[in-house]
Amino acid sequence: MLPEELKKLIGMTGDVTVYEVEKGAISRFADAVDDANPVFHDTEYARNSRFGSIVAPPGFFGWPQQQTRNSPLNVDIPTELMSAFEHAGYPLSFALDGAVKFEFFEPVHAGDILNARTTVRSLRERTSNGRSIIVCILETTYHNQSGTLVATQQSTFVRGSSGIQQEGSDNV
Amino acid sequence: MSEKHYWEEVEIGTEIKPLVKVATTQMLVKWAGASGDFNPLHFDSIYAESIGVGKIIIHGALKRQWLIQLLTDWVGEQGILRKFSCQYGAMDYPRHMKTITKPDEGETWICKGQVTKKYVEGDQHFIDCKIWLENGKGETTTHGRATVILPAKSA
Repeated sequence: MLPEELKKLIGMTGDVTVYEVEKGAISRFADAVDDANPVFHDTEYARNSRFGSIVAPPGFFGWPQQQTRNSPLNVDIPTELMSAFEHAGYPLSFALDGAVKFEFFEPVHAGDILNARTTVRSLRERTSNGRSIIVCILETTYHNQSGTLVATQQSTFVRGSSGIQQEGSDNV
Repeated sequence: MSEKHYWEEVEIGTEIKPLVKVATTQMLVKWAGASGDFNPLHFDSIYAESIGVGKIIIHGALKRQWLIQLLTDWVGEQGILRKFSCQYGAMDYPRHMKTITKPDEGETWICKGQVTKKYVEGDQHFIDCKIWLENGKGETTTHGRATVILPAKSA
Protein backbone atom coordinates (compact mmCIF):
# COMPACT_ATOMS: atom_id res chain seq x y z
CA MET A 1 0.00 0.00 0.00
CA LEU A 2 1.26 3.40 -0.89
CA PRO A 3 1.30 5.60 2.23
CA GLU A 4 -1.42 8.26 2.14
CA GLU A 5 1.04 11.14 2.60
CA LEU A 6 2.80 10.04 -0.59
CA LYS A 7 -0.35 9.19 -2.53
CA LYS A 8 -1.69 12.72 -2.15
CA LEU A 9 1.44 14.12 -3.82
CA ILE A 10 0.81 12.39 -7.16
CA GLY A 11 0.26 15.09 -9.74
CA MET A 12 1.65 17.90 -7.59
CA THR A 13 4.14 20.37 -9.05
CA GLY A 14 6.90 21.73 -6.84
CA ASP A 15 8.12 25.32 -6.63
CA VAL A 16 10.28 26.69 -9.41
CA THR A 17 13.99 26.07 -8.95
CA VAL A 18 16.20 28.64 -10.63
CA TYR A 19 19.34 27.21 -12.23
CA GLU A 20 22.31 29.32 -13.21
CA VAL A 21 24.35 27.99 -16.12
CA GLU A 22 27.91 29.21 -15.61
CA LYS A 23 30.71 28.80 -18.12
CA GLY A 24 33.09 27.32 -15.53
CA ALA A 25 30.47 24.86 -14.31
CA ILE A 26 29.88 23.67 -17.88
CA SER A 27 33.58 23.14 -18.44
CA ARG A 28 34.00 21.22 -15.16
CA PHE A 29 30.98 19.07 -15.95
CA ALA A 30 32.31 18.18 -19.42
CA ASP A 31 35.74 17.56 -17.89
CA ALA A 32 34.23 15.13 -15.38
CA VAL A 33 32.78 13.19 -18.32
CA ASP A 34 36.18 13.43 -20.02
CA ASP A 35 34.53 15.20 -22.95
CA ALA A 36 36.94 17.64 -24.60
CA ASN A 37 34.45 18.94 -27.19
CA PRO A 38 35.53 22.61 -27.62
CA VAL A 39 31.94 23.91 -27.77
CA PHE A 40 31.78 23.13 -24.03
CA HIS A 41 35.16 24.64 -23.12
CA ASP A 42 36.53 27.17 -25.61
CA THR A 43 34.87 30.61 -25.79
CA GLU A 44 36.57 31.62 -29.03
CA TYR A 45 35.87 28.32 -30.73
CA ALA A 46 32.24 28.32 -29.60
CA ARG A 47 31.71 31.88 -30.86
CA ASN A 48 32.53 30.71 -34.37
CA SER A 49 30.45 27.54 -34.11
CA ARG A 50 26.79 27.30 -35.03
CA PHE A 51 25.96 27.84 -31.34
CA GLY A 52 27.54 31.32 -31.20
CA SER A 53 28.72 30.83 -27.62
CA ILE A 54 29.59 28.07 -25.16
CA VAL A 55 26.80 25.54 -24.67
CA ALA A 56 26.20 22.93 -22.00
CA PRO A 57 26.36 19.21 -22.81
CA PRO A 58 22.78 17.95 -23.21
CA GLY A 59 21.77 16.76 -19.74
CA PHE A 60 23.52 19.57 -17.83
CA PHE A 61 21.36 22.44 -16.62
CA GLY A 62 23.76 24.26 -14.31
CA TRP A 63 23.37 24.62 -10.56
CA PRO A 64 20.47 25.89 -8.43
CA GLN A 65 20.94 29.54 -7.42
CA GLN A 66 19.46 29.20 -3.97
CA GLN A 67 20.37 25.98 -2.22
CA THR A 68 23.10 23.42 -2.40
CA ARG A 69 21.76 20.49 -4.32
CA ASN A 70 21.06 17.70 -1.87
CA SER A 71 19.53 15.16 -4.18
CA PRO A 72 21.67 12.15 -4.97
CA LEU A 73 20.04 11.79 -8.35
CA ASN A 74 20.68 14.97 -10.31
CA VAL A 75 16.96 15.46 -10.19
CA ASP A 76 15.03 18.44 -8.98
CA ILE A 77 12.90 16.71 -6.32
CA PRO A 78 10.09 18.82 -4.82
CA THR A 79 10.74 19.46 -1.11
CA GLU A 80 7.24 18.19 -0.25
CA LEU A 81 8.11 14.83 -1.80
CA MET A 82 11.53 14.70 -0.10
CA SER A 83 9.96 15.16 3.35
CA ALA A 84 7.05 12.82 2.65
CA PHE A 85 9.51 10.06 1.73
CA GLU A 86 11.40 10.59 4.98
CA HIS A 87 8.23 10.68 7.12
CA ALA A 88 6.81 7.57 5.46
CA GLY A 89 10.01 5.65 6.25
CA TYR A 90 11.69 5.70 2.85
CA PRO A 91 14.93 7.53 3.65
CA LEU A 92 17.28 9.13 1.20
CA SER A 93 19.96 6.52 1.89
CA PHE A 94 17.84 3.88 0.13
CA ALA A 95 17.53 5.52 -3.24
CA LEU A 96 18.50 4.09 -6.59
CA ASP A 97 18.52 5.78 -9.97
CA GLY A 98 16.49 3.70 -12.44
CA ALA A 99 16.08 5.46 -15.76
CA VAL A 100 16.05 8.85 -17.43
CA LYS A 101 14.43 10.25 -20.52
CA PHE A 102 15.20 13.65 -22.06
CA GLU A 103 13.80 15.73 -24.86
CA PHE A 104 16.05 18.55 -25.96
CA PHE A 105 14.43 21.45 -27.80
CA GLU A 106 17.04 24.24 -27.71
CA PRO A 107 20.70 24.40 -26.69
CA VAL A 108 21.48 25.61 -23.16
CA HIS A 109 24.06 28.42 -23.31
CA ALA A 110 26.57 29.65 -20.76
CA GLY A 111 24.91 32.57 -19.00
CA ASP A 112 21.40 31.15 -19.26
CA ILE A 113 19.06 31.23 -16.29
CA LEU A 114 16.71 28.26 -16.28
CA ASN A 115 13.45 27.78 -14.43
CA ALA A 116 12.86 24.13 -13.53
CA ARG A 117 9.44 22.86 -12.54
CA THR A 118 9.00 19.28 -11.41
CA THR A 119 5.75 17.33 -11.34
CA VAL A 120 5.27 14.05 -9.51
CA ARG A 121 3.98 11.87 -12.33
CA SER A 122 3.57 8.58 -10.50
CA LEU A 123 4.37 6.74 -7.27
CA ARG A 124 3.92 2.98 -7.15
CA GLU A 125 4.54 0.73 -4.19
CA ARG A 126 6.00 -2.70 -4.89
CA THR A 127 7.51 -5.55 -2.97
CA SER A 128 10.91 -6.73 -4.02
CA ASN A 129 12.32 -9.78 -2.17
CA GLY A 130 10.05 -9.06 0.77
CA ARG A 131 11.04 -5.41 0.87
CA SER A 132 8.77 -2.48 0.25
CA ILE A 133 9.99 -0.14 -2.47
CA ILE A 134 8.45 2.85 -4.17
CA VAL A 135 9.02 3.52 -7.85
CA CYS A 136 8.81 7.25 -8.46
CA ILE A 137 8.53 9.02 -11.80
CA LEU A 138 9.13 12.76 -11.94
CA GLU A 139 8.84 15.11 -14.88
CA THR A 140 10.85 18.30 -15.03
CA THR A 141 10.55 21.13 -17.53
CA TYR A 142 13.35 23.65 -18.08
CA HIS A 143 12.55 27.10 -19.48
CA ASN A 144 15.23 29.67 -20.21
CA GLN A 145 15.21 33.41 -19.49
CA SER A 146 13.28 34.07 -22.73
CA GLY A 147 10.54 31.69 -21.61
CA THR A 148 11.54 29.08 -24.19
CA LEU A 149 11.18 25.42 -23.23
CA VAL A 150 14.70 24.07 -23.67
CA ALA A 151 14.28 20.53 -22.33
CA THR A 152 12.09 18.07 -20.49
CA GLN A 153 13.38 15.31 -18.24
CA GLN A 154 11.59 12.25 -16.95
CA SER A 155 13.38 10.57 -14.07
CA THR A 156 12.58 7.18 -12.61
CA PHE A 157 14.04 6.17 -9.29
CA VAL A 158 13.42 3.77 -6.47
CA ARG A 159 13.18 4.47 -2.75
CA GLY A 160 13.38 1.56 -0.32
CA SER A 161 11.88 1.39 3.15
CA SER A 162 14.21 1.91 6.11
CA GLY A 163 15.84 -0.92 7.98
CA ILE A 164 16.32 -2.98 4.89
CA GLN A 165 19.28 -3.46 2.65
CA GLN A 166 19.30 -1.91 -0.75
CA GLU A 167 18.46 -4.22 -3.59
CA GLY A 168 21.34 -4.10 -6.01
CA SER A 169 19.96 -4.79 -9.41
CA ASP A 170 16.29 -3.85 -9.30
CA ASN A 171 15.20 -3.15 -12.80
CA VAL A 172 12.65 -0.40 -12.90
CA MET B 1 35.26 16.15 -32.48
CA SER B 2 33.96 13.89 -35.14
CA GLU B 3 33.80 14.08 -38.88
CA LYS B 4 30.57 15.36 -40.38
CA HIS B 5 27.82 12.85 -41.11
CA TYR B 6 25.06 13.54 -43.58
CA TRP B 7 21.65 11.94 -43.15
CA GLU B 8 21.92 10.37 -46.60
CA GLU B 9 25.13 8.54 -45.65
CA VAL B 10 23.60 6.77 -42.67
CA GLU B 11 21.66 3.52 -43.11
CA ILE B 12 19.61 1.31 -40.85
CA GLY B 13 22.15 -0.91 -39.13
CA THR B 14 24.95 1.66 -39.35
CA GLU B 15 27.07 1.43 -36.22
CA ILE B 16 27.90 4.56 -34.28
CA LYS B 17 31.62 5.04 -33.75
CA PRO B 18 32.22 3.49 -30.28
CA LEU B 19 33.40 5.64 -27.39
CA VAL B 20 35.83 4.05 -24.94
CA LYS B 21 35.74 5.03 -21.26
CA VAL B 22 37.66 4.12 -18.13
CA ALA B 23 36.02 5.04 -14.83
CA THR B 24 38.21 5.46 -11.78
CA THR B 25 37.46 6.37 -8.20
CA GLN B 26 39.07 9.72 -9.03
CA MET B 27 36.65 10.32 -11.89
CA LEU B 28 33.70 9.59 -9.63
CA VAL B 29 34.88 12.26 -7.21
CA LYS B 30 35.19 14.71 -10.11
CA TRP B 31 31.71 13.75 -11.28
CA ALA B 32 30.29 14.21 -7.78
CA GLY B 33 31.72 17.73 -7.63
CA ALA B 34 30.69 18.68 -11.14
CA SER B 35 27.19 17.19 -11.08
CA GLY B 36 26.21 17.75 -7.46
CA ASP B 37 25.61 14.11 -6.65
CA PHE B 38 27.32 13.65 -3.28
CA ASN B 39 25.91 10.26 -2.40
CA PRO B 40 28.75 8.56 -0.45
CA LEU B 41 27.87 5.32 -2.23
CA HIS B 42 30.08 6.62 -5.03
CA PHE B 43 33.24 7.39 -3.05
CA ASP B 44 33.11 5.66 0.35
CA SER B 45 33.60 1.89 0.17
CA ILE B 46 32.79 1.29 3.87
CA TYR B 47 29.50 3.13 3.43
CA ALA B 48 28.76 1.18 0.22
CA GLU B 49 29.30 -2.04 2.14
CA SER B 50 27.17 -0.91 5.08
CA ILE B 51 24.10 -0.39 2.89
CA GLY B 52 24.55 -3.73 1.17
CA VAL B 53 25.81 -2.60 -2.22
CA GLY B 54 29.22 -4.11 -1.51
CA LYS B 55 31.56 -1.61 -3.11
CA ILE B 56 31.67 1.81 -4.74
CA ILE B 57 29.53 1.97 -7.87
CA ILE B 58 29.64 4.30 -10.86
CA HIS B 59 26.91 6.97 -10.88
CA GLY B 60 24.09 6.09 -13.26
CA ALA B 61 24.08 9.69 -14.45
CA LEU B 62 27.76 9.50 -15.41
CA LYS B 63 27.04 6.44 -17.58
CA ARG B 64 24.12 8.38 -19.04
CA GLN B 65 26.44 11.25 -19.84
CA TRP B 66 28.95 8.92 -21.53
CA LEU B 67 26.15 7.72 -23.80
CA ILE B 68 25.14 11.32 -24.51
CA GLN B 69 28.76 12.05 -25.49
CA LEU B 70 28.71 9.02 -27.80
CA LEU B 71 25.87 10.76 -29.64
CA THR B 72 27.08 14.37 -29.57
CA ASP B 73 30.49 13.21 -30.85
CA TRP B 74 28.84 11.19 -33.59
CA VAL B 75 26.37 13.81 -34.86
CA GLY B 76 28.98 16.58 -34.68
CA GLU B 77 28.31 20.28 -34.45
CA GLN B 78 25.78 20.35 -37.27
CA GLY B 79 23.74 17.52 -35.77
CA ILE B 80 21.23 17.78 -32.95
CA LEU B 81 20.50 15.33 -30.14
CA ARG B 82 16.73 15.58 -29.93
CA LYS B 83 15.68 12.70 -27.63
CA PHE B 84 17.59 10.45 -25.27
CA SER B 85 16.59 7.76 -22.81
CA CYS B 86 18.43 5.08 -20.87
CA GLN B 87 17.85 2.53 -18.16
CA TYR B 88 20.36 1.39 -15.59
CA GLY B 89 20.21 -2.39 -15.63
CA ALA B 90 23.29 -3.42 -13.68
CA MET B 91 25.91 -1.84 -11.49
CA ASP B 92 29.42 -0.92 -12.61
CA TYR B 93 32.46 -0.61 -10.38
CA PRO B 94 35.26 1.90 -11.02
CA ARG B 95 38.95 1.12 -11.23
CA HIS B 96 41.15 2.15 -8.35
CA MET B 97 44.03 4.58 -8.85
CA LYS B 98 47.60 3.35 -9.30
CA THR B 99 49.28 6.73 -9.08
CA ILE B 100 47.95 10.21 -8.43
CA THR B 101 46.94 10.48 -12.09
CA LYS B 102 46.98 6.94 -13.51
CA PRO B 103 44.29 4.31 -13.17
CA ASP B 104 45.10 0.82 -12.00
CA GLU B 105 44.56 -2.03 -14.42
CA GLY B 106 41.03 -3.27 -14.79
CA GLU B 107 37.81 -2.81 -16.62
CA THR B 108 37.26 -0.68 -19.73
CA TRP B 109 33.78 0.34 -20.84
CA ILE B 110 32.60 0.87 -24.40
CA CYS B 111 29.62 3.01 -25.43
CA LYS B 112 28.01 1.66 -28.59
CA GLY B 113 25.06 2.43 -30.81
CA GLN B 114 23.30 1.37 -33.96
CA VAL B 115 20.83 3.07 -36.29
CA THR B 116 17.33 1.57 -36.17
CA LYS B 117 15.28 3.99 -38.28
CA LYS B 118 15.63 7.00 -40.60
CA TYR B 119 12.85 9.33 -41.63
CA VAL B 120 11.95 12.87 -42.62
CA GLU B 121 9.39 15.08 -40.90
CA GLY B 122 8.86 18.49 -42.42
CA ASP B 123 12.33 19.70 -43.37
CA GLN B 124 14.07 17.78 -40.58
CA HIS B 125 16.01 14.59 -41.18
CA PHE B 126 15.78 12.17 -38.26
CA ILE B 127 17.73 9.10 -37.19
CA ASP B 128 16.64 6.79 -34.38
CA CYS B 129 19.19 4.56 -32.72
CA LYS B 130 19.66 2.15 -29.91
CA ILE B 131 22.56 2.80 -27.59
CA TRP B 132 24.19 0.76 -24.88
CA LEU B 133 27.14 0.51 -22.56
CA GLU B 134 29.27 -2.63 -22.34
CA ASN B 135 31.41 -3.45 -19.34
CA GLY B 136 34.80 -5.19 -19.46
CA LYS B 137 33.11 -8.58 -19.83
CA GLY B 138 31.09 -7.41 -22.81
CA GLU B 139 27.85 -7.33 -20.81
CA THR B 140 25.36 -4.53 -21.35
CA THR B 141 24.85 -2.66 -18.08
CA THR B 142 22.96 0.37 -19.41
CA HIS B 143 20.87 0.64 -22.54
CA GLY B 144 18.59 3.13 -24.20
CA ARG B 145 17.37 4.91 -27.30
CA ALA B 146 17.99 8.24 -28.97
CA THR B 147 16.70 10.39 -31.78
CA VAL B 148 19.07 12.73 -33.59
CA ILE B 149 18.70 15.20 -36.43
CA LEU B 150 21.46 15.16 -39.04
CA PRO B 151 22.22 17.68 -41.74
CA ALA B 152 21.02 16.61 -45.20
CA LYS B 153 22.80 17.12 -48.53
CA SER B 154 19.43 17.84 -50.09
CA ALA B 155 18.60 20.59 -47.58
